Amino acid sequence: MSNRYWNEYQKVIADDHYFYERSCIRQTFFPGSETAFLRIMKEELGKDVFDDFRQHTCTGIGYHSDIVPLETTMTVVARLFSLMTEHGYENYVPSCVTSFGVFTEMVHLWEENPELLEKTRENLYKACKREFDIPKNLVHPSDLIYKFRFELAEKMKYRLVNRFTGKPLNVVEHIGCHYAKIFPEKGVGKAEFPYVLAGMIEAWGGKVVDYPERRHCCGFGFRQYLIQENRGYSISNTKKKLKSMEPYEPDFIVTNCPGCTIFMDRWQYTIAEMEHKTYDREGYGIPVLTYEEMTGMLLGYDPWELGLQIHQVQSERLLDKIGIPYDPKQKYKAASGKILRAPKKPDNLLV
Amino acid sequence: MKKIAIIGAGPAGIEAASVLAKYGAQVVLFEKSETPLKNLQDKAFLFPNFQSAQEIADDLNSKLLTDGITTAFGVDINDVKWHRTEWKLTDSKGQTYVSDAVLLTTGYQVFDARRKEELGYGIYKGVITSLDMERMIKHEKILNANGDVPKRVTFLQCVGSRDEKSGNNYCSKLCCVTAVKQAIEVKKQLPKCEVSVFYMDLRMWGQGFEEMYRTAQEKYDVSFVRGRISEAAATFDSRIQLKSEDTLMGVPLKMTTDLLVLMVGMEASPGTNTLGKSCDISGEYGFIRTISPHLYDNETGKPGLFAAGSCKRPMTVWDTINDARSAAFAIIDYLNTLP
Repeated sequence: MSNRYWNEYQKVIADDHYFYERSCIRQTFFPGSETAFLRIMKEELGKDVFDDFRQHTCTGIGYHSDIVPLETTMTVVARLFSLMTEHGYENYVPSCVTSFGVFTEMVHLWEENPELLEKTRENLYKACKREFDIPKNLVHPSDLIYKFRFELAEKMKYRLVNRFTGKPLNVVEHIGCHYAKIFPEKGVGKAEFPYVLAGMIEAWGGKVVDYPERRHCCGFGFRQYLIQENRGYSISNTKKKLKSMEPYEPDFIVTNCPGCTIFMDRWQYTIAEMEHKTYDREGYGIPVLTYEEMTGMLLGYDPWELGLQIHQVQSERLLDKIGIPYDPKQKYKAASGKILRAPKKPDNLLV
Repeated sequence: MKKIAIIGAGPAGIEAASVLAKYGAQVVLFEKSETPLKNLQDKAFLFPNFQSAQEIADDLNSKLLTDGITTAFGVDINDVKWHRTEWKLTDSKGQTYVSDAVLLTTGYQVFDARRKEELGYGIYKGVITSLDMERMIKHEKILNANGDVPKRVTFLQCVGSRDEKSGNNYCSKLCCVTAVKQAIEVKKQLPKCEVSVFYMDLRMWGQGFEEMYRTAQEKYDVSFVRGRISEAAATFDSRIQLKSEDTLMGVPLKMTTDLLVLMVGMEASPGTNTLGKSCDISGEYGFIRTISPHLYDNETGKPGLFAAGSCKRPMTVWDTINDARSAAFAIIDYLNTLP
């Protein structure tokens, strides 16, 4: 298998000075990821990234579930852009891949339909007396980590290499649909063979696993999951992917979408409970990380501060393979310093 | 004696040159490659009578020996302009040539299948084009990605033709029958191989085509599935997993094959594109525009500038040969009007 065409399509990613927008759900699911991103950008790369406490939802889940009308989404997006404008920034980087898709779509709609832009300006002004500029550069944080992957590689303490065998780790990467499937030209490598995560993996010593269902849905899909009756679709999609990647013995999965990370991680528990089946040899499951967690882990950040323990599939075996130290006693230490009780162990998925 | 420049030494260029030379014209045949008939050399057999492409190439090559033909191979003409009383041709090295009339026979190129990235050409070894398959048939070496004899070969029609995404809304005309021909050839060489053809609709428009299609099904057991393939990916053992829909059965379909053959369409060649623009006769999709497809299909509307063959649109070899003869007589008519 050759990767030679994967990186042919690149996109414009500004060097510096970004307005950062946090995600509704990522802070709950992966509480260390956004903090890690800001630390990487500011401390490792010396970049200017502004994190405004007044930010709010982009309406993404509501918009894609047909609960929030288009005009409302446009106005909410406009308010977020107005915060960027107020602080003098021109580059916008939303944490969530669905936010990235929503912003890209709204900007596209405004470009194609100037009357919608005027209406949005009017709505925003009526609602909160604010004005906004459209960002000059709109990127996803994974684009930035990708752009600076070689600079980061020089600062990394660890590589994606199995220290026992000396071989590259097998890494499955999965891109959120809203990263490149709506507007392929907005994603590094486009939609079919995106390179944004593959580029990181290769730059940091790992091997990208290309398996038959690589481009298949992760199992999220808003309508598959948000409506309870459809959740069978969700888990069957995830199962299809896990089954397809199993022969390649991946060491972990990395994604750039909150939905993908959650579903490929949590459904492993459910499948283990339902069918007594895991997709690794030993019964521990395949760890699923965010790209910030992967980057922070290799930079030597504390795994528990990154929030790796919050995932369903636990990552100690992966940390051992790479040679990253961790303190088991600190695994469930709260921000207050109190050591919390360990969660109950699943019946079938080993932890 | 009048001088005629022909640009492109494919079937059209050679045939027109030989007719014109027989009628006493002095012809210079330019070709940017070092050898003529580049596209034809890749073919094994031509439909519908399975005649050896080499035989046809040999016949055409022998016509190059006709008195009055001068060949200029390895010369890339990239500009053609009318200059006072004659046509002035310039090559990539800046050298110029003059002639009383010019015939463009710059031909086609096959669609670059990498542009249909969902099909994985250039990424997975088991995904090949109809051109690759033609070479395999010619050399009797039909092998899968692992170098083994394939147990299953699958053809996909309309790759880069009738496809808005790739910017080519037109039908390439030859791919349907080429897939049928290649499917039969695969079965002749590998009788145990399962062969399927995925199609939108089969356009068996030429004499003998429908019969070939029936023969493929009745005698060679080739399956025809109405459906597009939406995704191709390599499996653990380097086979190709396909996702499609059988639209006649109304069911989604997932299958594994050893070779996926993409039936790539015909596009205007780079030379056709360049000279079409240079002479201001570039038509839809970069093919050469003529005055009318009915009565004046070799005339471009520019006095003394003619076109023949697949630089105008996708064409079979026999259509190309006939079109070249027609162009030769149109040129003779034109030369007779000159003082």
